[in-house]
Amino acid sequence: MSRRARILALHGGLLAVLFAAQFVLPAYHHGNLARIMVLASYALGYNLLFGYTGLLSLGHALFFAAGMYGMALSMQHLEAAPAPALLAGLAAGIAVSALLGLLALRTAGVAFMIVTLMFAQAGHLTILYFGEWTRGDEGFVIAATRRVLWGIDLADPVSRYFAAWGLFAVCLLSTLWLVRRPFGKVLIAIRENEERVRMLGYDPFLHKLGALVVSGTMSAAAGAVYGLLFGYAGATFASVQYSIFPLLWVLLGGAGTVLGPFVGTLFMFYLIDLASGVTTAYMLIAGVVLVALTLFAPQGLMGEVRRRLWGWLP
Amino acid sequence: MEIGPYIMLASLEGAVTAAVLALTACGLSLVFGVMRVVNIAHGEFFMLGAVIAWWVAQGIAGHPALGFAAALVVAPVVVGAVAVAADVTILRHLDYDPERTIVATIGLLYIIQQLTLMTYGPEARPVQAPFSTRIALPWLEHGPEGWQVIWPWGLGTTTYKLAVIGAAVAVLLGVWALMARTRIGLLMRATQMDREMALAFAIPVERVYALVFGLGAGLAALAAVLIVPIQQAHYLMGGDPLLLSFVVVIIGGLGSLPGTVLAAVLIGLSDGIISVFFSPTLAKILATLLVGLVLVFRPQGLFGVRAP
Amino acid sequence: MTNPKTGTTRRGALKTLAGGAAGAASLPLWARFSHAQSAEPIRIGFQVHRTGIGAAYGRWYGRTTEAAAKLINDAGGINGRPVEIVAEDDGTDPKRGAEVVEKFATQHNADVAFGTLFSHVVIGSAPRAGELKLPYFVVSEGHHVASGMLNRYTLQPGITDVKSQVKAMAPFVTENLGKKVTLVFPDYAYGHDHRDFFSAAVEAQGGEVLAKLAIPPSETSFTKYFPKIPRETEVLYHVMVGPGVLTFVKELGEFFGGRGPELFGFIDSLEAVAMDSPGLEFLEGSHFWEGMPRHAQPDQSEFDKYYRAQVGVNDRGAAINDPADVSTYGHMFGCWETLYVIKQAMEAAGYRGPQDRASLVEAVEDITVMPHSREHPQGPKVFNGKTHQVFGQQHISRVENGNLVKVHTTSIEDTFYPDEVDYTKRPL
Repeated sequence: MSRRARILALHGGLLAVLFAAQFVLPAYHHGNLARIMVLASYALGYNLLFGYTGLLSLGHALFFAAGMYGMALSMQHLEAAPAPALLAGLAAGIAVSALLGLLALRTAGVAFMIVTLMFAQAGHLTILYFGEWTRGDEGFVIAATRRVLWGIDLADPVSRYFAAWGLFAVCLLSTLWLVRRPFGKVLIAIRENEERVRMLGYDPFLHKLGALVVSGTMSAAAGAVYGLLFGYAGATFASVQYSIFPLLWVLLGGAGTVLGPFVGTLFMFYLIDLASGVTTAYMLIAGVVLVALTLFAPQGLMGEVRRRLWGWLP
Repeated sequence: MEIGPYIMLASLEGAVTAAVLALTACGLSLVFGVMRVVNIAHGEFFMLGAVIAWWVAQGIAGHPALGFAAALVVAPVVVGAVAVAADVTILRHLDYDPERTIVATIGLLYIIQQLTLMTYGPEARPVQAPFSTRIALPWLEHGPEGWQVIWPWGLGTTTYKLAVIGAAVAVLLGVWALMARTRIGLLMRATQMDREMALAFAIPVERVYALVFGLGAGLAALAAVLIVPIQQAHYLMGGDPLLLSFVVVIIGGLGSLPGTVLAAVLIGLSDGIISVFFSPTLAKILATLLVGLVLVFRPQGLFGVRAP
Repeated sequence: MTNPKTGTTRRGALKTLAGGAAGAASLPLWARFSHAQSAEPIRIGFQVHRTGIGAAYGRWYGRTTEAAAKLINDAGGINGRPVEIVAEDDGTDPKRGAEVVEKFATQHNADVAFGTLFSHVVIGSAPRAGELKLPYFVVSEGHHVASGMLNRYTLQPGITDVKSQVKAMAPFVTENLGKKVTLVFPDYAYGHDHRDFFSAAVEAQGGEVLAKLAIPPSETSFTKYFPKIPRETEVLYHVMVGPGVLTFVKELGEFFGGRGPELFGFIDSLEAVAMDSPGLEFLEGSHFWEGMPRHAQPDQSEFDKYYRAQVGVNDRGAAINDPADVSTYGHMFGCWETLYVIKQAMEAAGYRGPQDRASLVEAVEDITVMPHSREHPQGPKVFNGKTHQVFGQQHISRVENGNLVKVHTTSIEDTFYPDEVDYTKRPL
């Protein structure tokens, strides 16, 4: 099999398996997987910036929340239908990530981490500050009766699963497409050596800005869809913790691999879920596993697979 | 309250924040400067310091000053030892790779936090200050009879808060002396400047790293012991010091101790003074944005030099 | 987690037999063939804050729940079936909260979910409970249930909501402490509820709110905000929560140096904190709202005495075997009372299994009066089936020599406000 065919078979196969899984999974795991696919889309967005472009952001919750609140506030206060509300979420994501990019990309390395962190913190506090509209930390419910998209009831488990799968498929395939295009190759080159890219005549700033906007928009899409599918928007999703999560998922799954974000999200979700059945200190187990993984699988799960088995993995 | 006394009060409060922050951030800066490691668990070392201080103070009967004095010694030593152990068993095996250490220290963060929750519990517990007398402060006012001294309502501080500022200054001077005047400080600086060269000169880099990691954690723990009579020990208290220390270290210019201290003073004071003019949450938003914008326009930090 | 004793009475067994015959088709195979006397337990999913910011509350919510479940089982369980508490930690996080509710419904096959305190977790979880048609009994104090933002399956029958608490408190404050009030509250929804409801109630009493001071969450030093308190303030109303509250109170004391306004606070600030902690001396003479008086009062009811003994709490509201371990006494009774409401409603509805969840909700809605009893040790209550919210007496205590001394008890009627929703009109 050619490299291209292998890649298509693997990623298409995963999507097919996920699509088929809904007919066999028990209710609990069915619901979990829908959630995981939405969160994995968030991680995919994060991975594009961190894994491929080499920019470590600590503020992605800002984009996730921009999407979530762009969607939820327009439904709550402008009486928007779900489709335009989703678009509003996406638009919010594009606007916020472009603005942040113009400012933060003047910095690099640790300063970039802190700048993104600070802007995300300011975003979180802003949601609290405008509590009259956002209901602050408590958040608000998006009524099930209003979560009907083109006649499809998103509160229904099957359509929820389809919607999550659709989002995930779009994010996965566009990542796959992007990293194999010249644009994506330049991003990887920037990660490896920005100076050399500049000398070759590319504009690293524009490429990084592009990566950040695509990454932020994907994250915002995940946030908007998450709010729509699960009927809740709250400030918790804008907190630091939710900026750390995608970093964790991506590092666990393997930064700079297309499948890594999904694998990492799945792994972390079930790690916490299973560990919480064993002990109340399940985060202790999560901590130990994290340390062990960095010791014994430093490239993340898919990174190890690529290193040991499938060198062709994108 | 009049604006003048209010600013004075806010500055005093800001100075206490700055003192504790300077200590915590110095620890982080040392680790970052010498080892090039981003230690996400730094805030948990801070928290451990506070929790151990509570335990020690609890275990020693008699005047509260006795327990507190013991905590001042015990907490940094124990926390330092924990950090050294973490360095030897985990970080060393990661070759101090930046990304891997971030994940490993996130793991460490959860481990420390959960162990504290399991043993110490979820409550916020206070430690009694060794001494704490309220001091009312005067203010000069120009009235009809010329300048006169007044005692504005609410303008005051406590002896303990002043002592915290003093203690922080003393410790920081000690750290400076250690770095600038001792042999071990020389080794640290050499390692910071060029790890390969240090190795070539037979400096035991691994031992220096372990020492630095322990020292950094010990400083965070010491800061926590100082603050715990004002705030309380709680297993989730490490988050804020971590974020703020990061900010301070970056603003101050990576690895620059004087820069770190100056940045801590700046952040502490501005946090206090901005709160005079705006509603509290708006003040926090502005202060946060300010930090972000400073970095946008001076990415090397206020006091750092641009990397070659 | 509770390991239930199977205490089946003869009457209960008969009932189960009758119910079992009808519901046999829906039972799993092993249950149909096992001897019918040892009926399958009723599984109550307990969504508990074991970790995260709510952990201090979660611990005591857990102890209270265990104590009540044990008593219910010792007395024969519900409909002759033992009660099994299935606890899951939600990390005090709305995302995990929703996942936990799903887990109860689809993995644990729980009959109901119960026990959530923090409002953001309730609001994040409730939509899922409604969609899964899982009766969801919250013990949260929030106004979210009665405001109509949730759904038919979410109920709060065990604890009063903040709107009624605040409304009942306001007359006492303006009549006894002063009419010029400044509010200090955390800048999030819980604080905003206090701000809005209390301001309205004070103005209705002819009082005046001079300033509203919102403190950002996770703030750790407060002195710098205090000069914003106007000098003519007669009463300072404070509802800070979280690990920073001790600092808040201490710094308030240092700031005023004994010359300040009257203080009125909510015990939420000092739940799980001993009144004799260093730095709290300053609270002497100030007033607190208490859902249920932490320190045993001279007129203590036999029900309060019984409840304390069963949960393992002494007269100071601390654990009997560790007096330094102070309970969240002002709130945790809600778990106890909610479990008894679940029992009462399940028995009224002849509840057999998940197919009866809708009639269980209706049975709760039919409840009106809950007399002061062992089942309801906090006091008598009135349940409003339309708003899914319970109403009850509120207490105000004064700090005297480090003791919380009850000085005023409101009537239930003081806490009423016009209905904002009629959940019974919504589909089941």
